[in-house]
Amino acid sequence: MTVNGWMQILVFCSIIILLVKPLGGYMTRVFNGDRTLLSPVLVPVERALFRMAGTSEREEQRWTTYSASLLVFSLAGFLVLYCLQRFQGALPFNPAAMGGTEPGLAFNTAISFVTNTNWQNYGGESTMSYLVQMAGFTVQNFVSAATGIAIAIALIRGFTRASGKSIGNFWVDLTRCTLYILLPPCIILTLVYVYLGVPQTLGTYVDATTLEGARQTIALGPVASQLAIKMLGTNGGGFFNVNSAHPFENPDAVSNLIQMVTIFAIGAALTNVFGRMAGNQRQGWAIFAAMGILFLAGVTACYWAEAAGNPLVHALGVDGGNMEGKETRFGIALSALFAVITTAASCGAVNAMHDSFMALGGMIPLINMMLGEVIIGGVGAGLYGMLLFVIITVFVAGLMVGRTPEYLGKKIEAKEVKMAMLAVLVLPLAMLGFTAISTILPTAVASVANAGPHGFSEILYAYTSAAANNGSAFGGLTGNTPWYNITLGISMWMGRFFVIIPALAIAGSLAAKKTVPESPGTFPTHGGLFVGLLIGVILIVGGLTFFPALAVGPIVEHLAIGLGQTF
Amino acid sequence: MSQSKSPSLMDSSILAPAIAGAFKKLNPRTLAKNPVMFVVAVVSTLTTVLFIKDVATGGPSLGFSFQIIIWLWFTVLFANFAEAVAEGRGKAQADSLRRARTETQAKLLSGEDRTTFRLVPGASLKVGDIVLIEAGDIIPSDGEVIEGIASVNESAITGESAPVIRESGGDRSAVTGGTQVLSDWLWVRITSAAGSTFIDRMIALVEGAERKKTPNEIALNILLAGMTLIFVLATATIPSFAAYAGGSIPVVVLVALFVTLIPTTIGALLSAIGIAGMNRLIQFNVLAMSGRAVEAAGDVDTLLLDKTGTITFGNRQAAEFLPVKGVTDEELADAAQLASLADETPEGRSIVILAQERYGVAARDTHGLDATFVPFTAQSRMSGVDMVGSAIRKGAVDAVLAYVNRTAAASGTSGTTLATRATADVVRNLQGIAGQIARGGGTPLAVARDGDLLGVIYLKDVVKGGIRERFAELRRMGIRTVMITGDNPLTAAAIAAEAGVDDFLAQATPENKLDLIREEQSKGKLVAMCGDGTNDAPALAQADVGVAMNTGTVAAREAGNMVDLDSDPTKLIEIVGIGKQLLMTRGALTTFSIANDIAKYFAIIPAMFLAFYPQLGALNVMGLQTPQSAILSAIIFNALIIVALIPLSLRGVKYRAVGAGALLSRNLLIYGLGGVIVPFAGIKAIDVIITSLGLA
Repeated sequence: MTVNGWMQILVFCSIIILLVKPLGGYMTRVFNGDRTLLSPVLVPVERALFRMAGTSEREEQRWTTYSASLLVFSLAGFLVLYCLQRFQGALPFNPAAMGGTEPGLAFNTAISFVTNTNWQNYGGESTMSYLVQMAGFTVQNFVSAATGIAIAIALIRGFTRASGKSIGNFWVDLTRCTLYILLPPCIILTLVYVYLGVPQTLGTYVDATTLEGARQTIALGPVASQLAIKMLGTNGGGFFNVNSAHPFENPDAVSNLIQMVTIFAIGAALTNVFGRMAGNQRQGWAIFAAMGILFLAGVTACYWAEAAGNPLVHALGVDGGNMEGKETRFGIALSALFAVITTAASCGAVNAMHDSFMALGGMIPLINMMLGEVIIGGVGAGLYGMLLFVIITVFVAGLMVGRTPEYLGKKIEAKEVKMAMLAVLVLPLAMLGFTAISTILPTAVASVANAGPHGFSEILYAYTSAAANNGSAFGGLTGNTPWYNITLGISMWMGRFFVIIPALAIAGSLAAKKTVPESPGTFPTHGGLFVGLLIGVILIVGGLTFFPALAVGPIVEHLAIGLGQTF
Repeated sequence: MSQSKSPSLMDSSILAPAIAGAFKKLNPRTLAKNPVMFVVAVVSTLTTVLFIKDVATGGPSLGFSFQIIIWLWFTVLFANFAEAVAEGRGKAQADSLRRARTETQAKLLSGEDRTTFRLVPGASLKVGDIVLIEAGDIIPSDGEVIEGIASVNESAITGESAPVIRESGGDRSAVTGGTQVLSDWLWVRITSAAGSTFIDRMIALVEGAERKKTPNEIALNILLAGMTLIFVLATATIPSFAAYAGGSIPVVVLVALFVTLIPTTIGALLSAIGIAGMNRLIQFNVLAMSGRAVEAAGDVDTLLLDKTGTITFGNRQAAEFLPVKGVTDEELADAAQLASLADETPEGRSIVILAQERYGVAARDTHGLDATFVPFTAQSRMSGVDMVGSAIRKGAVDAVLAYVNRTAAASGTSGTTLATRATADVVRNLQGIAGQIARGGGTPLAVARDGDLLGVIYLKDVVKGGIRERFAELRRMGIRTVMITGDNPLTAAAIAAEAGVDDFLAQATPENKLDLIREEQSKGKLVAMCGDGTNDAPALAQADVGVAMNTGTVAAREAGNMVDLDSDPTKLIEIVGIGKQLLMTRGALTTFSIANDIAKYFAIIPAMFLAFYPQLGALNVMGLQTPQSAILSAIIFNALIIVALIPLSLRGVKYRAVGAGALLSRNLLIYGLGGVIVPFAGIKAIDVIITSLGLA
């Protein structure tokens, strides 16, 4: 580890911390329907959209209607995306003349983008037409992110409303989030990326002759516009196969920093939105602190593991950290940092190959996802995932102050606990369940590139990434097979909607409750003690479940390398 | 049911039946009520069946499997034992109650004028029947006195041997089946049918037969069931992981890992904690009609406390003599004492005592004075004494002033100067003093002799010692206290300030009491109150915790969700403490149970995979001897910790009246951090012992 490396990490953290308050303030105003800087331009637009959709900002929904709207919207998105892929050969904007994708892949990819996962069992430049990328993926990149944020806002309303029946209007939240929060920065970011050298064209691929005389096709496309939302919406689906390791998708250190910051920006600011709406920003900072501590622990571990390097390589007389699978223009610190950010935040974009990380270095992204993507997390998803853990934490430890557990004045009772446990349960079910089946299924094991624990990690990583709606791939695993297309698709679906529906049910149940005024007898949830407690519960309840799997994967691999053993 | 010390845990009268009870509770239907322990029983059965099959076919490491199975079953038995012990403590109390419920003959009145009765078995009485109960009779069932007055021995339920008065009308009209009339007679209308009397309900409550899960308990059970499912996933997927690595893991080891990981500690002790909470109340002579009420007590935000009896001693006492100008203290004290000699009320007594102690007025014998005492009446609102040539009156200020004026007018004809002495100046002086007293929360009593105004006796509501500190304590716990009083706002404010309550409701009526409760509840607060009269019933029913006094009416007792057998309203404060303790104990043991898992993973995971991934031996941080001893130690620790924690779950976590933050950090340190560390030490110790014994 170097001072320079840590300085870069520090710069990143400082920018995020500085962004939390202003961005949080802006987002709060948007969701409260207050006037913002952009209102003069956007209010007429949103009014027109509401009128067309036959809704109004005054129309409120119960949690059931809210969920139904969300499900219908997601289903429609899935169908459109599936059809676009299947029939892309017959559709315009297809300069490379791509044929229709086969059903398994189309199914997997459609779910992947609707669930904000962006798991890619395909190489973008060699499979998808411009139309699919733009009208399909980019659209879902926006609306799946907006959906996640809408759910988080609905859950916050559950905590902050008293004796209410409704938790907001899905269509209004979705529209406002897209119009006010996602679109404006993306327009600016697109221009910045273009300035930094990212292509933005509908032109055909370029044929070039290299110095050696070999002919090469250089893939192009509307990259910059997709790149902007890929990060800001924590989608992570790369335009190119190697994602943000590709020089056209991440040209230099500046674009790399912008990408890292935009992954975390909205997720981090949502903690502040939560605090503001709850009437006490310290509540938001407490959650941010819990996320921050887990994040820094992950960065430290990952950076340390990568910087320490491979003892087997050292034995060959090559010193230094592990540079396998990393871009020299980013180096070890920024690759490790990017890996931790992208998995902490459910983004899934990569600027280095996680498969090539050291065993422990690769375990950190795995753990980040296993914890349910609550460390900043996917936009919206991170906050509502974290709030589910908060509910469990408050329930487990809140009894210790001698009262029925409360959070923000809302009593946490059987229904909330039931829903939170359901949501927490679905992740190990998908991650461990499908991994367990795959590790004994010969066709599934055949997709693995490496033998031994590392091969196990590849399978485990795939399902973990899918269920956590992360979308980053460990690499090494051939995912485009019927088995993986279907089961990873199911994992993504479970990991998204079986968390969303309980979260919205909790929102509905909490909104209907009275708010108990705070007193000295109230469990304090904005101090260091609570932060520590929350981290403890996340690690024990969310993390310990995966200890056996980690033990026979990265941990044993790490120990074996230390003993000079390979598989 | 007296407040004798509860039987200790080691009492053989409880232990022996509890051990038997532990086996009886293996009944699947009983076990099914506790999801965690039910799951343990299921996997124990599964491994037992597999073991028997292995024995028949000569499977490997039978001794090790046998030991694991033994400890699995012990885990279930220990959980049952914990519950049985908790129930056993209640059973002892139930037995003494049951003795009170002996078969009685009742004198069922019949005829229009209820002059005749016939003897019927007490059990055959129906609601609405009217019975005659005479001295020496056992009251056959719960009822309401409609005629008569009698002294009743209620020691069967309260443990208090002094008889109490029961009479028709008013707030002392409820009688309880199983208690005995000592003198006089009563006509009682039966209000409970046989089998549903107060004593029957008490028996059911203390035995835990009617125990329903409380809201928090249900939520906690869901959490525990959820965690159990998570660990099902964590362990059920291990065989495939092992198969991928080319190894296999015996079922018994998987079961051992699973059982140690799921929250067996809290699962085993959960119902014992609940029963013990009810028992603690019962030892306190408070009966909770449901566990829900005990839990609600812990959540209470606002306590409504009656001023009289709770905050102040029931009676006002003379605090000072304040003479008008021109009259000495001694003169006033002397007159006041004379006027009060025959006054047997506590106020009157306190005047005599004050005059004697503070002003040295010697006690006088009423007989030697040749005086006629004038008793207090509601019309005159005065009392006093007429002696030869002198009359003294004391009473409400306006009544005494009117009396002085009357006297002056009557004696005006005789030409004395008395009337002139009660000048406007003196009247103003007296009214000034009286006003000051009233503003200070006291009651002024004017004293006049022969038409002369002498001064004022300052009667004061005496606030109980230490009550201020109790309220401060409650405030630290986040509980607001509201004093309820019939006094005027001025008086109420003064006493409220002196006692240190947060708020008061003056000139309280049943209606505004009810309104106050509703208002607090609309703010999301939980309200506790106690009451005894029929007019308290609506408020008792509305309150989240309504403690009815045992001396109260049937209506009040039906409306409340707790009954205080000692009829001591101060207990409300203790009841809140007991409720909090119950919740805290559950939280502490849940945290402890979950925190334990870290050590158990480190014990079992390396042992489990050692055969095919020897590198994982590095995770054996405790340095456990062999894989078998590691697994066995973990499962033994898991079982023994249940037994070790039974006393704590029965006694409850120590409760301190400090803010939630301080309480949390303390408990978190003990049960959270302790829960992480203790199993590391415990498992290591057990490992050393069993390897030295050659068990593994």
